[in-house]
Amino acid sequence: MIALAAAGCAALRGSPDEEQAAVALMKKDFKPRGQATLDRLDQDDVQRTCTRYSGRPLPPAEAQRIEKEQLALIRYPADGEYLGDWKAGEKIAQTGVGKQWSDDPSRAAGGNCYACHELSHAELSYGTIGPSLYHFGRTRGFGTDVQKYVYGRIYNPEAFSACSSMPRFGAHGILTEKQIKDVVALLLDPRSPVNQ
Amino acid sequence: MNPIHRAAAVLCVASAMAGAAVLAQQPSSTEQEIEKYRAALGEDNPAELWEARGEALWKEKAGPKGASLERCDIGLGPGVVKGAYTVLPKYFADTGKVQDLESRLVTCMETLQGISEADAKKNHFGSGPKRSKMEALVAWIASESRGMPMNVSLAHPEEKEAYEIGKRMFFYRAGPHDFACATCHSRDNLRIRLQELPNLTNPKDAQRAYTTWPGYRVSQGEVRTMQHRINDCYRQQRFPEPGYASDAVTALVMYLAHNANGGVYNAPAVKR
Repeated sequence: MIALAAAGCAALRGSPDEEQAAVALMKKDFKPRGQATLDRLDQDDVQRTCTRYSGRPLPPAEAQRIEKEQLALIRYPADGEYLGDWKAGEKIAQTGVGKQWSDDPSRAAGGNCYACHELSHAELSYGTIGPSLYHFGRTRGFGTDVQKYVYGRIYNPEAFSACSSMPRFGAHGILTEKQIKDVVALLLDPRSPVNQ
Repeated sequence: MNPIHRAAAVLCVASAMAGAAVLAQQPSSTEQEIEKYRAALGEDNPAELWEARGEALWKEKAGPKGASLERCDIGLGPGVVKGAYTVLPKYFADTGKVQDLESRLVTCMETLQGISEADAKKNHFGSGPKRSKMEALVAWIASESRGMPMNVSLAHPEEKEAYEIGKRMFFYRAGPHDFACATCHSRDNLRIRLQELPNLTNPKDAQRAYTTWPGYRVSQGEVRTMQHRINDCYRQQRFPEPGYASDAVTALVMYLAHNANGGVYNAPAVKR
């Protein structure tokens, strides 16, 4: 056992860079569980670039490249409708389950918006990782152009703000088209508590 | 009252307080609620139950070799418990690798007691009647470092390597949600819902966070160790599961522990 452990360490030290060593170690020591399979450790270009520049400014050329590539991945609704049911959107905003190894993959995931954003004033338990979205529609307008922007912003934040902390809810299949429309309504339906 | 009876009495208070916290209607941060709970406990801490059981387990003869763990070297030489938690993780020549407390206890159960690695890791996160030996041992050993400053060394090349790898893991963004540890823990004064998030790249926050684990989790009714804290973070990050007491978790613990150097150790604490 000691020999094995020593061999493992030697292999790590021989690696050209610590990033690779970290990935190799994670792939050795992380185990698939439930729906959380090991391929989740493989980074796409966005994740690799954002990891590389964490803690320092992302060069503008890299940001533009990511945003352009990610914008092309957005699939807007074929029916041209962006506004769903704000009440369903509120439930999605409150729900944090989905994609964890402890979650049932057959059940719909939530968006967990309140974990990071202030939305309705009725919900006092909100996080501050993202900006407040209270009065979003009242401030920005309720038009179709704003609806389309918000739909895209939820579908793929990387298309608008490279290396955003926000998940790519549509591009990564976390929320369905209908669910995203419901969240758009939470932000942009004039009757939604977000706009009261 | 002896510690066990006192802690048992405290547990009743704990249940009542947890109920009260749920019913509270006023806007109040989770941290404030936990502060009230801590104040109600006074000097008492339910973790004392785990500490008492852990001390007994340390001294109990067990395994095929019928030996106790009292000759285990957890960082400051065989049998030295006082202060050991403040120097971990560290490099151990006999295994040729950097180990945290839990990884090291697995080693000692194997070498001193003849227990298999699988058995040593059994029930590592206890729940209710399925109690964890490891959580009890860690609670006691950690409590023996109360009041002492964190003093984790990077003098050995393997220690430096573990720190650098742990740092890369901390910033590694992946999975369906694009999360890294850094997404929540690399900026000051953030909250998720009402829970305050320590900036673990900032020494002050890192010290306050690291020196209060393990913790008695009010929401779970269990003492949870740093291995558990990291496991649950990775679950919420939507990553696959990190192996218990694995080299990968040790590397990340090394990054966090070294960032907390100089902080006065004060755990097991009471946590949400």
